[in-house]
Amino acid sequence: MAAHRCSYLAWLVFIFSLSGILVADGQETTLSGDHLVSAVENPQTDAETEKRAAEEPAVEERRWEATRAADAAEENQEFPASVATVLSSTPQLKDDFQEELVIRPLHSGDIYASFHFRTLWETDFMKGNKVSHYRLFPKSLGQVISKFSVRELHISFTQGYWRTMQWGQPYLPSPPGAELWVWFQDTVTDVDATWKELTNVLSGIFCASLNFIDSTNTVQPSASFKPLGIANVTDHRFLRYATLPREIVCTENLTPWKKLLPCGSKAGLAVLLKSEKLFHSSFHSQAVHIRPMCQDSQCKTPSWELRQTLNVVFDLHTSGQGKQEWSLFKMFSRTLTEACPLASSSKIYIDITDNPQEEQFELIPATPLLRQAVVLGDRRTFSVYDLTQQVTFGTVRSLNLLIRWKSTEGHMLRPLLHAERYVAGYGLQTGEIHTLMYNNHPFRSFSVLLLDSVPWYLRLYIHTLTVTSKGKDNKPSYIHYQPSKDRIRPHLLEMLVQLPPHSVTEVTVQFERALLKWTEYTPDPNHGFYVGSSVISALVPSTVAMDTNNTQERTLFSSFFPCKEESSYFVRVYTEPLLVNLPTPDFSMPYNVICLTCTVVAVGYGSLYNLLTRSFQVEEPNPGLAKRIANIIRKMRGVPPL
Amino acid sequence: MGLLSDPNRRRALISMLTRLNAPICMLCYCAGVCWFMGLAFEPFTLRTYMSENAMGSTMVEERFPAGERALATAREFAAHKKKVGGMPVDWLVKTMQARGLEVFTQSFSRVLPFPDENKERYIVKGTNVYGILRAPRAPRTEALVLSAPCSPGDNNNQAVGLLLGLAHYFRNQIYWAKDIIFLVNEHDLIGMQAWLEGYHHTNTTGMKWTPLQGRGGSIQAALSLELSSDVITSLDIVLEGLNGQLPNLDLANLFYAFCQKIGVLCTIQGRLQRNDWDSVSGYSHAVQTMMLMVMKQASGRPWGDHGLFLRYHIEAATISGINSFRQYKTDLTTTGRSDLYRLVEGMYRKLNNLLERLHQSYFFYLMPSLTHFVSIGYYMPAFGLLAVILLLRALDLWVQLVAPPARTEDGIAEIEQQSSPGVRSVLTPLIISHLTGAALYLMPVHFQEMAVEHFPVSETEAVVLTAIAVYTAGLALPHNTHRLVSGEGTEQGWRVLKLVAVLYLAVLLGCTALINFSLGFILALTMVPVAAFVTPDVPKVLSAIVFVILSPACTLLFSVFLFQELQDMPVSLQDGWMLYISVISQGILDHYLFGSLVYPLIALMVYPCWLLFWNILFWK
Repeated sequence: MAAHRCSYLAWLVFIFSLSGILVADGQETTLSGDHLVSAVENPQTDAETEKRAAEEPAVEERRWEATRAADAAEENQEFPASVATVLSSTPQLKDDFQEELVIRPLHSGDIYASFHFRTLWETDFMKGNKVSHYRLFPKSLGQVISKFSVRELHISFTQGYWRTMQWGQPYLPSPPGAELWVWFQDTVTDVDATWKELTNVLSGIFCASLNFIDSTNTVQPSASFKPLGIANVTDHRFLRYATLPREIVCTENLTPWKKLLPCGSKAGLAVLLKSEKLFHSSFHSQAVHIRPMCQDSQCKTPSWELRQTLNVVFDLHTSGQGKQEWSLFKMFSRTLTEACPLASSSKIYIDITDNPQEEQFELIPATPLLRQAVVLGDRRTFSVYDLTQQVTFGTVRSLNLLIRWKSTEGHMLRPLLHAERYVAGYGLQTGEIHTLMYNNHPFRSFSVLLLDSVPWYLRLYIHTLTVTSKGKDNKPSYIHYQPSKDRIRPHLLEMLVQLPPHSVTEVTVQFERALLKWTEYTPDPNHGFYVGSSVISALVPSTVAMDTNNTQERTLFSSFFPCKEESSYFVRVYTEPLLVNLPTPDFSMPYNVICLTCTVVAVGYGSLYNLLTRSFQVEEPNPGLAKRIANIIRKMRGVPPL
Repeated sequence: MGLLSDPNRRRALISMLTRLNAPICMLCYCAGVCWFMGLAFEPFTLRTYMSENAMGSTMVEERFPAGERALATAREFAAHKKKVGGMPVDWLVKTMQARGLEVFTQSFSRVLPFPDENKERYIVKGTNVYGILRAPRAPRTEALVLSAPCSPGDNNNQAVGLLLGLAHYFRNQIYWAKDIIFLVNEHDLIGMQAWLEGYHHTNTTGMKWTPLQGRGGSIQAALSLELSSDVITSLDIVLEGLNGQLPNLDLANLFYAFCQKIGVLCTIQGRLQRNDWDSVSGYSHAVQTMMLMVMKQASGRPWGDHGLFLRYHIEAATISGINSFRQYKTDLTTTGRSDLYRLVEGMYRKLNNLLERLHQSYFFYLMPSLTHFVSIGYYMPAFGLLAVILLLRALDLWVQLVAPPARTEDGIAEIEQQSSPGVRSVLTPLIISHLTGAALYLMPVHFQEMAVEHFPVSETEAVVLTAIAVYTAGLALPHNTHRLVSGEGTEQGWRVLKLVAVLYLAVLLGCTALINFSLGFILALTMVPVAAFVTPDVPKVLSAIVFVILSPACTLLFSVFLFQELQDMPVSLQDGWMLYISVISQGILDHYLFGSLVYPLIALMVYPCWLLFWNILFWK
């Protein structure tokens, strides 16, 4: 053991000197060194690991998975870096499937499980290529891509609202209900017709009401949704975006989603996806993303990526029954026995960043494998379980991860950016939409893109639009507003707003509630009408860069200059959808009575008006012809008439 | 219509109406009063039934386990309240957080227009604490509210305990589809007003509040709890809200259904219902219950914290636990508190099942008992019979004004000549009486300081006494003024004025009755006879006395005595007078604090209208 320590000391010295050289050009190495040092300083954290270390002195106590966090972050800021890094290490296959489960224990005691499945296929759907042989890539989606000339397709189904204040940022944000945005190729001539057809086809594939997407809820955002894959087209005429906030997501959407996986729900991580548990949760979201990617750095051969994700948050209170522990079995009522045989990589990551000393929770079985990644501007540490290794499953041939909480405090988080929205006012004539955007960064301001798509039946008074932060008028630097047309298209409002540091920015706009035609009301008009979530896209300053307090274990050499590993990262925040009551006739007996009464009054009014305005006089009956002639003659004679 | 367009028959009809005008009016008045009294007779009323399908057929099972623990929470709350000497905000925040809610606070402040002597407050500062239970997999679009006021003294501790106990239990359930907001509001109605204004970001009353941090979307329904003892014998539901608004009848039905299911005694207006409707005492019981509701509704003030929700189209009611040893002693069984928990739990589970806002049942109703109601279609004829008197009188006056000159050939020109001074003689009293009304509305609050300086009275008394003084001064003012403008009042002049006044009163009462039937009916009951039979020719002194007795202010005085009588708490004249003063000051405060419309309605419309009739009485 002593020799072992000595070797560490040598390592330490080596890293010290190395860091001294590297500190100027890149913080990445310094930081990993920093973590390594902290691991060295506190080696006996895990009893089991220590035991194993004692048995096999040659093995390090904690191994770091080969990773370059910076690469990962550069690759794509939107997606969990951990997934993207694997790209560099995988062999160049014609098609390739990977699966991952990321588990993040949340401060509130809840647990966040995020499944990621990725199929990469080196083929070209573009330029009218006929693709007919499918292996891992689902044929139904492949056909959709080629038939409708889709460049990128993002679809998500979400049940519930992501509680940013309690859970932090999700790996992949999505609004409540269904969201669909598609970039078409520039060869498409009639985008609207293709869009209409595509939504109907997708509606069939995912067993969802996507066919309710029509021109009244489709918009073309000019700036908020940029292509995520390789693309040289940024003309937003080829972009369509629509949300259905009322869409209810349930098992019938989950089953077709699972069928798109190469292993279905038979093997691999997908065996955990049992609907009776997935829908016994606080939040459920499933998504499909298709985009073209580069296979290599020269981007000579394009490939298509299909990424299926499923996020779920389990609630401690409703399923805890007093015991504060989570296990795979308890969460999903299944344990893992094998990886998907078709997968080139199959891993479980557990976020242990806040738990270096196991003061918050205990992880059983422990794993020696660690992994670091910069996720959402924060450097996170993960325990890694590789399902392709037989040793992961242990002697019982099944993996049932157990997380036992030691302490939970449900305090609120202060995420750097979060937003909320509500309808102000009362009565059924007018109202006001308030959107609040919080910038909790202590000293940096940043810009956000706000996208609002409001249905036509809320008639926005755009002249009442105000943007205020800290009590002062905050003029947006870019506004794109497309007014609505009744029954044809919604309002679209996009703004680039600068959020001052440590402030709340309030966007208000007044509206009038339209009176619909009586056939336009939904079957439950008194429930109200939904307005989809606002989308706030921002480049948020990274927390890694902001970390200036020295309370954390840091080496002296690495903590002098504020590090600039990631200056900012991309975040998309969705606000809650709104439920707005419109003036609704009472579609029941009294309504009929009122209609009848009004008719009677309308009929009666004529007669009454007649009575009031005309004067009635008794008229003499018409004199006969003979009498009239006689009168004329008498008049000529100057005699009084008869 | 054919009848009316035939001049002969029309003439006959009109002559009959003018000839029999007085008897028909008398008949209508009696019929109206009888109709109203008949509303409480059980065979004439409808039985309540649940209209909302989402709450009717789906049965829920209540299984609240921890009544004792909630009682302990209530004691803990009481101890902290005593220690802090007000609302224990920190303790509440901590306790709610421990129960897994998202907790937020809102502070507010309000300077009252004049000190409220009933509740002994002038400058009000406070904090509301509310915790939101987020429904799983719900997108924060709908919410339910459960509130309990943090009252001074030892009141209402048990309600807060109940609220926290329910919060703890509700948090562990998976079936919620709507967020549930648990609100503890300080300074009862003022706190509630601040919270609701903050939630909807409106400011109707000039209150200062800090903006809310957390919301749950559009609120579908709300219950407010009032509970001050560990043991309760019965539960009372309070429905009357601001400006006489009522929640949907289904909310009362829901309450009744659960009382029946759980076996708790339930009351409305603090009165149990009786089955002996055919006996005189049973009928008078029903009449008294209904009269209490009518008087509460007519007062236009919120009779519980729920009353302020109604403005925002949120169905709400107050449920208060009563520990009564006063009456019905033999009928009572002591109700354990867990029954109350199960009742509230059951109600929330049913409200949680709602797919739409409560809209199926009635919004306009009177309740002679909890099982029977009178809908708008049944009670409106009572008012209609009173209002038709005014129209008949108007017709009579019209005929009198038009008929005599119609006999001559050049009658049209003559009418114009006669009525042109008439317009001025009508406009002058109209304007003067409305100015008096405006003075009655503005002066009491704005001149309170001056009054306090010059007279040895407190601010509240100053306000009320100024109001009474302006009111009385108004009686002296207008009946001489028209002479200043148009000389001696003509025969034609008062007829025109009375025609205008009668029609004005008809429209005014009609509109009032549509919004607040009770207020409209009570005003009609006293003002219609005066309006119908006033002429300058009746004996002055006697009619003046009748006039004053039937004036709005005296109506209020009688209502105060009647209300006390109905509540089995008769008061002496002295106490009645004090009560009268405090009722007036409360009415003015309600207007300034919550936007109640009764005070401005009386001051700006009803009183000037009554002054017009007063004017006619002293026309010559």
